[in-house]
Amino acid sequence: MSVTVDPYEGPVVLPDDPSLGPEVQVDYPGYRSTRLRVPKRPLETLPEELHRIDGPVFGEGVIEELDDDLTRQHAGEPIGERITVSGRVLDTDGRPLPDALVEIWQANAAGRYRHEVDQHPAPLDPNFSGAGRCLTNDDGRYRFTTIKPGSYPWRNHPNAWRPNHIHFSLFGRTFEQRLVTQMYFPGDPLFPYDPIFNSVRDPRTRELLIARFDIETTVPEWSLAYEWDIVLGPSGAGTTPMEDR
Amino acid sequence: MTLTRTPSQTVGPYYAIGLSRRDENVLDPDGIELHGTLFDGRGTPIPDGLVELWDASGGRWARRGTQDEAGGFRFLVPRDAPVLEALVFARGMLRHERTRIYLREGDDDVWNGLDDDRRTTLLARRDGDALVFDIRMQGEGATVFFEH
Repeated sequence: MSVTVDPYEGPVVLPDDPSLGPEVQVDYPGYRSTRLRVPKRPLETLPEELHRIDGPVFGEGVIEELDDDLTRQHAGEPIGERITVSGRVLDTDGRPLPDALVEIWQANAAGRYRHEVDQHPAPLDPNFSGAGRCLTNDDGRYRFTTIKPGSYPWRNHPNAWRPNHIHFSLFGRTFEQRLVTQMYFPGDPLFPYDPIFNSVRDPRTRELLIARFDIETTVPEWSLAYEWDIVLGPSGAGTTPMEDR
Repeated sequence: MTLTRTPSQTVGPYYAIGLSRRDENVLDPDGIELHGTLFDGRGTPIPDGLVELWDASGGRWARRGTQDEAGGFRFLVPRDAPVLEALVFARGMLRHERTRIYLREGDDDVWNGLDDDRRTTLLARRDGDALVFDIRMQGEGATVFFEH
């Protein structure tokens, strides 16, 4: 079966629309790859209990030494601006989620991923893999040391460049708290041009994807710091994540 | 006070750097093979997708990227589980989708609440000693996905 798909000629970025609420617009037309991959039929409903089932629990066994420090995983240090990225993982009631598995991956300082599909003509860094993971502590906090990722072109539309970002994957306590998202850096000049970032059409919710530069948690003479809190879904009525563990 | 959830963003094409560094596709080492292909709306395999399975009754979790088998995925799953929860991620998907894999005909409310021609998309089929479950994001025979 062969179906011809017309090229999309609409705007890459749609105007803000707070009425769409806090969700991402999954069929955002400016991000062209959505067109053949997003379900067209309405989603079916599930009974409430299936929304609140417990998800996988990960222990220290999944963490290896240096998993939380992307600048020390090779013989030498990676090129780039050394940063720490830290924050809290919370549920929608503001309760910290301990033992949440946080996994990150990112481009190097030149905007190149260590991945065979990435053919952007920027150098790979022999001292940078770009992957990290950690578990949140009892206060729901995570912390990584890494380098600031570069921007890179991605061919979605003419002269398309991604804003600097770090990919985040999170497992909370319930199956519904699963989240894959991206963290952005404050003041990025590419924000107005990026359809992935702007697929969150409520501007206040979109702001939640941007980390805060934090002079207080910089390490003097060593690294700049960004703080980014992540809010996962509800933990469910009557659950007390702190005490259950 | 209720906080707003952090919005989802796509897993992108390079998730393998962070999310499939290790072999994590075994729910049950003594289980039965379950394999399938992730298809887009044209019927083309999606080679940059990621499938996660969760056996809630047994507390077992696994995931597998589709990059190594050009859109295909392969798991070992428990023979006795009636149904597995599944999440699908891919470049081009700004949020993951949730579905269910019934290893045999269902007898629960979710199964009974779906039309017959729709729920068959959730039923793994037998192929020799293995089970097959294809995931179709759109089009004819599109897999049922659930709100989450």
